[in-house]
Amino acid sequence: MKEQVTLAKALNLGLRSAMEADPKVLVMGEDVATLGGVFRITDGLKKDFGEHRVFDTPLAESGIIGTAVGLAMRGYRPVAEIQFDGFVFPGFDQIVSQVAKLGFRTQGAFRASMVIRIPFGGGIGAVEHHSESPESFFCHIAGLRVVACSNAQDAYDMLQEAIASDDPVVFFEPKRRYWEKSALDVTRTPTESTFSSVVRRSGNDVTVVGYGPTMAVVEAAATAAQAEGRSLEVIDLRSLSPLDLDPVLDSVRRTGRLVVVSEAPREASLSGDIAARVTEEAFYSLAAPVIRVAGADVPYPPTRMESLYLPDLDKVLDAVDRVLSF
Amino acid sequence: MAPSDPTGAAGIGAGGTPAAPPPHRVVAGLKATTDHTVQLLSPEGELTPTALSGEYPLEVTEDLLRGLYRDMVLVRRFDREGNALQRQGQLGIWVPLLGQEAAQIGSGRALQPQDMAFPSYREHGVAWTRGIDPTDLIGVFRGADHSTWNPAETRFHTYTIVIGNQVLNATGYAMGQRLDGRVGSGTDGGAPDEATITYFGDGATSEGDVHEGMVFAAAFDAPVVFFCQNNQWAISHPVDQVSRVPLYRRADGYGFPGVRVDGNDVLACLAVTRWALDECRSGNGPVMIEAFTYRMDAHTTSDDPTRYRTSDESEAWKLLDPIERVRVHLVRHSTDSAATAEFFAGVQAEADELAARFRTFCLEMPTPPPDRMFSEVYATPHHQLDRQRAEFLDYLAGFADDGGAATHGGAR
Ligand SMILES: Cc1ncc(C[n+]2csc(CCOP(=O)(O)OP(=O)(O)O)c2C)c(N)n1
Repeated sequence: MKEQVTLAKALNLGLRSAMEADPKVLVMGEDVATLGGVFRITDGLKKDFGEHRVFDTPLAESGIIGTAVGLAMRGYRPVAEIQFDGFVFPGFDQIVSQVAKLGFRTQGAFRASMVIRIPFGGGIGAVEHHSESPESFFCHIAGLRVVACSNAQDAYDMLQEAIASDDPVVFFEPKRRYWEKSALDVTRTPTESTFSSVVRRSGNDVTVVGYGPTMAVVEAAATAAQAEGRSLEVIDLRSLSPLDLDPVLDSVRRTGRLVVVSEAPREASLSGDIAARVTEEAFYSLAAPVIRVAGADVPYPPTRMESLYLPDLDKVLDAVDRVLSF
Repeated sequence: MAPSDPTGAAGIGAGGTPAAPPPHRVVAGLKATTDHTVQLLSPEGELTPTALSGEYPLEVTEDLLRGLYRDMVLVRRFDREGNALQRQGQLGIWVPLLGQEAAQIGSGRALQPQDMAFPSYREHGVAWTRGIDPTDLIGVFRGADHSTWNPAETRFHTYTIVIGNQVLNATGYAMGQRLDGRVGSGTDGGAPDEATITYFGDGATSEGDVHEGMVFAAAFDAPVVFFCQNNQWAISHPVDQVSRVPLYRRADGYGFPGVRVDGNDVLACLAVTRWALDECRSGNGPVMIEAFTYRMDAHTTSDDPTRYRTSDESEAWKLLDPIERVRVHLVRHSTDSAATAEFFAGVQAEADELAARFRTFCLEMPTPPPDRMFSEVYATPHHQLDRQRAEFLDYLAGFADDGGAATHGGAR
């Protein structure tokens, strides 16, 4: 039953499936209903599920997230769309202060069982605030689960798992890959959680870890490295918080070398945390320091410069060279 | 879930197709244009009684009309060129202002040099009135820079993409003007009094930032004019689904005046904004102005408005075109029709020239050097970033063998 579908379409199908399974699932956000979202992820949902389950909100992110918390307290499962990565910040207060802490504060009497969908990352030639990778901010907040999908099957499965989760999930979607097709089987039921790291490709020389938008670059690097006689093991994190680090540690114990690839700025970031934990837990297995290929520590630049800013094939291969030269 | 939705919660869980838009929605906003709306020049190009009653005094001369007409025609022309350049792949995106020329030129021309303006991202017409050459707008949309004009010199702040952010910044700036004693001093000999204006859309009025901006302005008597261009749509969301009252009436709740003007009437926009800025300069601010207008084009070149609005709607608004009514007035009432015809032809020629210059500039615009990415992030040296820059340049230099950084990103 495998079909080639775009990541965007897989998300749409995932939402449909979740809405069919549970009448309490609501879809809300700016332009999600009539327009189907600026990326058309929610296309047709209003038509099929009605305007009470799929509705346009006023243009107000704090409003969207804060009211979703209230709806969750009434037993609904809101799936809120934030239009672009850079626009989550007006709603950040609600995420930090309410979404993440509701369960803890009420000793489980209430849960903020909701999903916040955020298209993230660069490479689409957009203006300011449309290309950012803010995931580290969310990973730093206890009480949230933070995940990022990278292909159609994961998009479909992970979104449903996120919606079914009793914990709030910040769901990052690699917007640059929305229109890329990959295999999707909607009949397949995942046997274990999709919120875990997965080895995409086995190899012996260097472990390369990525997630979301960087997976395409990482996989391309593995192919290119193979042509040069180097074998890379590729891991897709999928879950950014909590981090499922065991597959990474297992891999590093074999390869002795780790490259972490992320579009987010490097300092005080998720990639830094991965490097630190691998150093703590697998120090004696490491043959070289962990190298990070990340965005520069500058505001996301204008698009004519983004190809310089973003991790690309050359930068990943350069990092592989460096870990191998130790 | 519109507040007025009569079906209430009964339909929760039900499927079905969306209802056809009710008649009052088919032509967004149009029916409201006549209620409590300041208009000086009618869509038919005639001066209205308000123009003569002097509530918002404005001396309407042929010269004034010609100047405003020229502004609007030139601005519309380069706006259309922006759209075309985006379609041809030369710009990443363009944010059209078609239909909003009067709101922007009228309000922009009301500003004095010492005033400060905080735009959103659609204010190409206001930029024009601040003396910013249209070619200066290209960098943002071509992805060369986040801003290429100097906001300190032009007194026109950079474009703001995060909806509503600038409203708070404008209020703070106006608080500074008051702290500096540049309000209500009279202008005898010294520096002239100042005011601030900020632009935002109808959609933005839902954001907390806009509400908070108004609260602060009221609390601190900030000399700020909140200029809302109600173009009826926030991407796909119509304004009548976010506010139960006309937007200008929200000012009541903050305790300062709110005025609705016909946003397609350049004279009304000029007169009311001039009055509002004077109120601010004299120490009586803040003021909210709702310019009742319409976005004739897509939200941006990435948008598809056929998904959410009818063509009847834009057809109806076309009859209220801001440029056409000034043109009709000039044709009907000018003292020398030959001179007027010559004037129109001259403006047209000037517009075409501007468009050509805009296009050439865009095509020839250089890409900034790679280390531009690191410049001006901090005012004082930052050792970590300096190191990162050095490493980055070093890395790029490594490509020198195969032709330098130009081939960066290609195959190894
Ligand atoms: C905080 C934030 N949320 C979402 C967006 C995405 N967005 C850009 S423009 C827009 C609609 C704005 O409508 P309005 O305020 O009426 O201004 P208009 O574009 O119509 O002039 C939206 C939702 C944004 N730029 N900033």
